[in-house]
Amino acid sequence: MDVVTANQAPGGVATNQIIGRSAPGGEANIRVQGLTKRFGEILAVDNINFSIAPGSFTALLGGNGAGKTTTIGMLLNLIQPTAGRIEILGQDFAHNTKSLLARMNFQSPYVDLPRRLTVRQNLAVYARLYGVADAKARIADLARGLDLEAFLDRPLGKLSAGQRTRVGLAKAFINRPDVVLLDEPTASLDPDTADWVRHYLARYARETNATFLIASHNMPEVERLCDQVLMMRAGRIVDRGSPRELLAKYRRNTLEDVFLDIARARAREGGTP
Amino acid sequence: MNSVQRISAVVLRHWYLISHSLPRILELGYWPLVQIVLWGFIQQFIMTQSSYFAMAGGLLLGAVMLWDLLFRSQISLAISFFEEIYSRNLSHLLISPLRMWEYVVALMTVSIMRTLIGLVPVTFLAIWFFGFSIYSLGLSLALFFVSLVTFGWSVGLAVAGLVLRFGLGAESLTWALIFALAPLCGIYYPVTILPNWLQGLSAILPPSYIFEGMRTILLEQTVRLDLLAMAGVLNVVWLSAGIAVFFALYRSARIRGVIMQLGE
Repeated sequence: MDVVTANQAPGGVATNQIIGRSAPGGEANIRVQGLTKRFGEILAVDNINFSIAPGSFTALLGGNGAGKTTTIGMLLNLIQPTAGRIEILGQDFAHNTKSLLARMNFQSPYVDLPRRLTVRQNLAVYARLYGVADAKARIADLARGLDLEAFLDRPLGKLSAGQRTRVGLAKAFINRPDVVLLDEPTASLDPDTADWVRHYLARYARETNATFLIASHNMPEVERLCDQVLMMRAGRIVDRGSPRELLAKYRRNTLEDVFLDIARARAREGGTP
Repeated sequence: MNSVQRISAVVLRHWYLISHSLPRILELGYWPLVQIVLWGFIQQFIMTQSSYFAMAGGLLLGAVMLWDLLFRSQISLAISFFEEIYSRNLSHLLISPLRMWEYVVALMTVSIMRTLIGLVPVTFLAIWFFGFSIYSLGLSLALFFVSLVTFGWSVGLAVAGLVLRFGLGAESLTWALIFALAPLCGIYYPVTILPNWLQGLSAILPPSYIFEGMRTILLEQTVRLDLLAMAGVLNVVWLSAGIAVFFALYRSARIRGVIMQLGE
């Protein structure tokens, strides 16, 4: 895996670059330039730049109010950016929104699926929404892959939180997306199932070359799964790099300690973030 | 992948919800049933007391059914939209390839589905129990249906937009707004009974022409095409306004970043 070393702009803010596994010609599945979101007086996202190569996992880390959710909201067309440009799969997102959304998907424990519908019904609805050919086979395939077969015909509301998370992941993969945005992908899962899900995600990325952008507070997960990390604070990307690079840079043993350093804006080697 | 497929996906989602829940089906028919029974008996009583009502046996029941059609179409559209917020599913729909106009068409389709499930059974009950058939309005009934449902959608879309923008705190407008318009629509009386300044407001509401049209059929056996035409023209304006309000509030919700917080 090739990694482009993080460049630092004056002031310690990491600049735009392709991160993650290198790709021929430096292509990026997600490219964000000058993305800004202002809510009245509040600058929620402040001129951020990043690009993510195909087939890589990138984590968006930061404390509450850092701007992660707003960034993801803009990448999903749920929030209108104040300024900046988003390119997905080489196309301008603002002008090809719906055709690009057909090739993307998203899952979050904070966004649910209808709980009165069964798992199969939910997946059938989303298969139809995304125009999935041979939806029955796709649902069966996902049910096998995510171990949902035993409760396909049970209402979602009757499932445990962990089972619902897996159903949410099935929805997120129903259209075989090229770009996947996940918010806390293993929330509510026991360690064994969480590990199993991480392997599922890694296998999917390997087989499809899909790009993953993950917002998570689960630092061990980020360390294990992600090629690169974007550290956000107060709407800005204050540092970036692979987990190994960040550990070395901050002279810490865990990403959690790095996160705490950045979140608390503690002085670090080479300046103050 | 095409629009019909995406629209049908949303309709399917609501069909699953309704068809697998007996309480929901019963609820859809319960209030129309109560209305018909109550007003059916009131009408029977009034017919013995008033020559006006004695002239046309179905005047009150017809008005109740058409009003319920308008009310149900509006509330069904709004509630189908709220269902996505209650279930915290709206973001999933909006980040799918579903276009906003497709979603609006889907909500309209679901509105018709829910309205018919609730109303059709009671129209037959009215025939059996009170000897009044709304179907005696003939072809005009189809035009009344289109006109009232269209107006219901206009109001329903505006309410849905307000909830999208301001959250579920605006939910009560679903009931409040349409009932505020009811006195101006001349449901049970000619609008000429209203004060002059209110008649001006009544004149811009399509249902006021429809209810007047119903009365001329039942009392004079005359189909007033001019009333239907006026309602049609006004409906174009109202529906355009309802759609414009919905889209404007959707844009505002995106700018203010409130969509992801809906239902929390």
